[in-house]
Amino acid sequence: MSDFILSVRNLSKSFSGIKALDAVQFNLKRGEVHSLMGENGAGKSTFMKILIGLLKPDSGEIIFEGQNLEEGHTGDKLKKGISMIHQELLVVPELTVAQNIFLGREKRVSGRNAFFSGWLNDSDINRPAAQLMEQMGVNIAPDTKMKYLSVAQMQMVEIAKAISNEAKIIIMDEPTSAISDKEVATLFNIIRDLKSKGVSVIYISHKMDEIFAISDTITVLRDGKYVGSKPANDLDRNSLISMMVGRELTQMFPKPERNFGKEVLAVRGLSKKGKFTNIHFNVRGGEILGLAGLMGAGRTEIARAIFGLDKPDSGEVVLSGNEKAIHSPRAALKSGIGYVSEDRKGLGFIPGMSIKDNMTLSSIFRHRKGIFINEESEMYATDQMVLDLQIKTSGIDKKVTLLSGGNQQKVVIGRVLLASPDIVILDEPTRGVDIVAKFEIYKLIRDLTKQGIAIIMISSELPEILGMSDRILVLSKGKQTALLSREEATQELIMKYAVA
Amino acid sequence: MEKTISSRLTDFGRYGIFLAFLIICIVLAFSTPKFFTVSNLMIIGTQVSINALLAFGVTFVIITGGIDLSLGSMVAVAGVVTAMFAHPDTYPLVVPLLAGIGAGVLLGAFNGLVITKSKVPPFIVTLGTMTIGRGLALILSKGRPISNLSDSFNFIGGGTVFGVPFPIVILILAFIICSVVLNKTILGRYMYAVGGNEPAARASGIHVTKVKMWVYTISGLLSAIGGILLTSRITTGQPNAGAGFELDAIAAAIIGGTSTSGGTGTMTGTLIGALLIGVIGNSLDLLNVTSYYQQVVMGVIIIGAVVLDGLGKKD
Repeated sequence: MSDFILSVRNLSKSFSGIKALDAVQFNLKRGEVHSLMGENGAGKSTFMKILIGLLKPDSGEIIFEGQNLEEGHTGDKLKKGISMIHQELLVVPELTVAQNIFLGREKRVSGRNAFFSGWLNDSDINRPAAQLMEQMGVNIAPDTKMKYLSVAQMQMVEIAKAISNEAKIIIMDEPTSAISDKEVATLFNIIRDLKSKGVSVIYISHKMDEIFAISDTITVLRDGKYVGSKPANDLDRNSLISMMVGRELTQMFPKPERNFGKEVLAVRGLSKKGKFTNIHFNVRGGEILGLAGLMGAGRTEIARAIFGLDKPDSGEVVLSGNEKAIHSPRAALKSGIGYVSEDRKGLGFIPGMSIKDNMTLSSIFRHRKGIFINEESEMYATDQMVLDLQIKTSGIDKKVTLLSGGNQQKVVIGRVLLASPDIVILDEPTRGVDIVAKFEIYKLIRDLTKQGIAIIMISSELPEILGMSDRILVLSKGKQTALLSREEATQELIMKYAVA
Repeated sequence: MEKTISSRLTDFGRYGIFLAFLIICIVLAFSTPKFFTVSNLMIIGTQVSINALLAFGVTFVIITGGIDLSLGSMVAVAGVVTAMFAHPDTYPLVVPLLAGIGAGVLLGAFNGLVITKSKVPPFIVTLGTMTIGRGLALILSKGRPISNLSDSFNFIGGGTVFGVPFPIVILILAFIICSVVLNKTILGRYMYAVGGNEPAARASGIHVTKVKMWVYTISGLLSAIGGILLTSRITTGQPNAGAGFELDAIAAAIIGGTSTSGGTGTMTGTLIGALLIGVIGNSLDLLNVTSYYQQVVMGVIIIGAVVLDGLGKKD
C-alpha cells in the first residue's frame, strides 16, 4: 500500500451527461515513470485536470501519500505535491529564468517580504535558481530572459520550478512535441534523475518509442474507461496499440503506388540566410516526397518559402515547367500549392468559425453569386469533404474548436483540398493526432496520390517517413545531405544523414 | 435534448442584451406614458441613427481585430466639407454629398493604408487620425461654423418619408446593407477570419491587407454619412461636431456582443447596443434624471454587458 504515492479508485466525471471518466483506476509508485496512454478524447486531460485540482470529480477516491482526500478539497492538498508541465508552456517571456521559477514565491525564497519591506533583489532568487540548474545538470543562466530560451530550455525551467516546489509528482503532457532528439535525451536524463530522487512522473505522449524508452508502467484509457495497467516490459508496440484502440490495426501504412506522373514542382537552388542553403529537389504527380531531418534542419522553413509565407533570398520554384514567383500564400494556392502547417492552432484554422466556414475559407470564391456567398453550394462541398475525410461531427455548423485534434487536422486538410491543389505540403500531418486518426490520415494521403496529387510530407517520426514516402530528402542544418529511394532508406541511414 | 447549464449561459450571453433591452422597454412603457408614443419613438430613432451608423462601421473594424478612434473626427471633417458645398443656389445636392462622403472615405482609407503598411497598432494610428481630422475640420472651416445651407440639404436630417424621419430611413437601410455584407458576402466571411486568426487567414489565401483596407474605408464612409446627417440636422457644418462619438459607437458594438479581441460580433447586436444607449438616455430624460447620473448608468451597462458576455463564454 504505502509504496503508492498516489492511488486513484473508481474516479468518475461527467460533463453534461457524457461520461468523460468512468471508474478510472490509477496507482502511482514512488519514483516511477508512469505513462498514460489513450487516443485523443480518452479522458487523459480530464484525469490530469482532476489531479492538479482544476476539476472536481463526481465520485471516486484519490489517496495521496496515504491520505484519503475528501471531495471538494482535492485542489488545495494536491497542489502541494503535484506539478504539471503543460504542453503549451506557461511562462512569462519578459521575466528572467529565476523570476519565472519563483514567481509568486519571491518572498519565501528571498526571505524578504517583497511587498512591504521594499525592494526585491534579483540576486536573492538568482542564487537558488542557479543551484537548481546545477542540480539538474542544465546550463542556463538564471538572469536570462525567458523569451531568449528555446522550447526545450523553457521546459527545463518549468521542471526546475516543479522541483523547487517540492513536487512529489510531476505530470508531463507531450513534453517532446516541440523539442529536438538531442534535447529529448537531456529531458530523459533529467527524468531518470528525478526518479532516483523518489519523484514520480506521469508521462503523457503519443510517441511510442519514447513511451517504451522511459516508462516503468503504462496505463491505458479508452473512451474514459480504464483499460489496464501493465509494466512496460510486458508490452510491445502492437499489444499497446490494440489496448488503445480495442482492436488490432493490421497495417499501419497503405500500399504505395507506382504510377508517377510528370514533374509538377521543382525547387532549384533555394536559399534563405540562416535557414537553408541551396535546396534542389523535384516531385512528380502521385508521388510522396518525404522531408526528413532533426528539429531545426530547415524543413518547415523550406515549406514556408515554397508556399509564399516567407521570401527566400535566392533560388526558384518551378511549377509544371514554368518558373513562378510566389510572394504570398494566396498566390501559392492560386498556382495549385496547398500547405497544411505543423502549427495547427496558429496557421491552421480560425477558432471562432464553424467547420464549414473553416473548410471553405481557401475556396470560397468558388461558391459565389456575384459578391454573395452561395451557401447551398458551400454546404454541399463541405458535406462531401466531411464524408471523404470521415470527420466525426454532429454538424458542419458546429465550431471547429469542439472537434478532437485529429478531426481538427482533417478540417485543415479539407480546407486545403477544397482549393483543388496539385501539390500538397503536409508539415507533421499526424502530430498530436491519435492512432486511429493517424491511420485514416495515412490512407487519405495515399488516396490523394492516386488522384495524381503530388505530396511533400515533413515528419519527425521516422516510421511515418519510411512507411509513406516514395523518396526521402534528408536535411541537416539547412543543407540537403541525401536523397534516398524507398527501397534503400532505413532508419539508421536517415539518421546518419540527418546528423551529417 | 436537455440543455446544459453551460449552453444556457452561452444562450444568455448571446441573447442577454436583447432580453435586457426588451425588459427595459417594457418597464419604461409602464413607468412613463410618454415613452411608448410614436413621436417619442421617432425621437429616439433619430437620436440613435448617427451613433448606430458609426457603430456599424466600427463593428466591422473590431471584428477584424482592429479599432477606430477617428470616427468622431471623420464626422466633423465630412460635415464641414459637406457644408462648404451646400450653400443655397451653388451646387446641385449631389455635390456636397459626394464631397462629404469622399472626405470620410479618404480618411478611412488613410487609416487602412497606414495600419497595413506600417504595422503600427490601429489604436495608435486612428488616435493620430482623430487629431489630424479634428485639425483638418478646423482648418477647412477656419474654425467657424459653416451655416446658411440649402433647404434641400436640410431635408436629409429634418425631413420625413411617409411620416418616418429620414435619418431613421437611412439607419434601416444601412443596417440591412451592413448585415448583408457581414453575413452573406465573401468580404464579411474574410473579416471574421482575419479577426479570428490573422496568420491562419493569410495562410488560407486571404488578402489580409485588402480586407483591412475595406473595413477602415467602410468605417470612414459610414462616419461620413453620420457627419452629413448631423450637419443637416443642426443646419450647420461644425468643426467641433462629433467629439467623443467614437466612444459611444464602440460602446454600442461592445454592448451588442462584439469582442474587442476580434473574430466575433453581429450587426443586430450592435443595433440593439445603439438602441439601448438611446433608450436609456431618452428614458432617463423622461424620468427627469440629470445627465450626470446618465453617464454613470451608461458606464455600468457597458461593463455589465461585457461581464455577462464573459459568463456566457465560460465552460
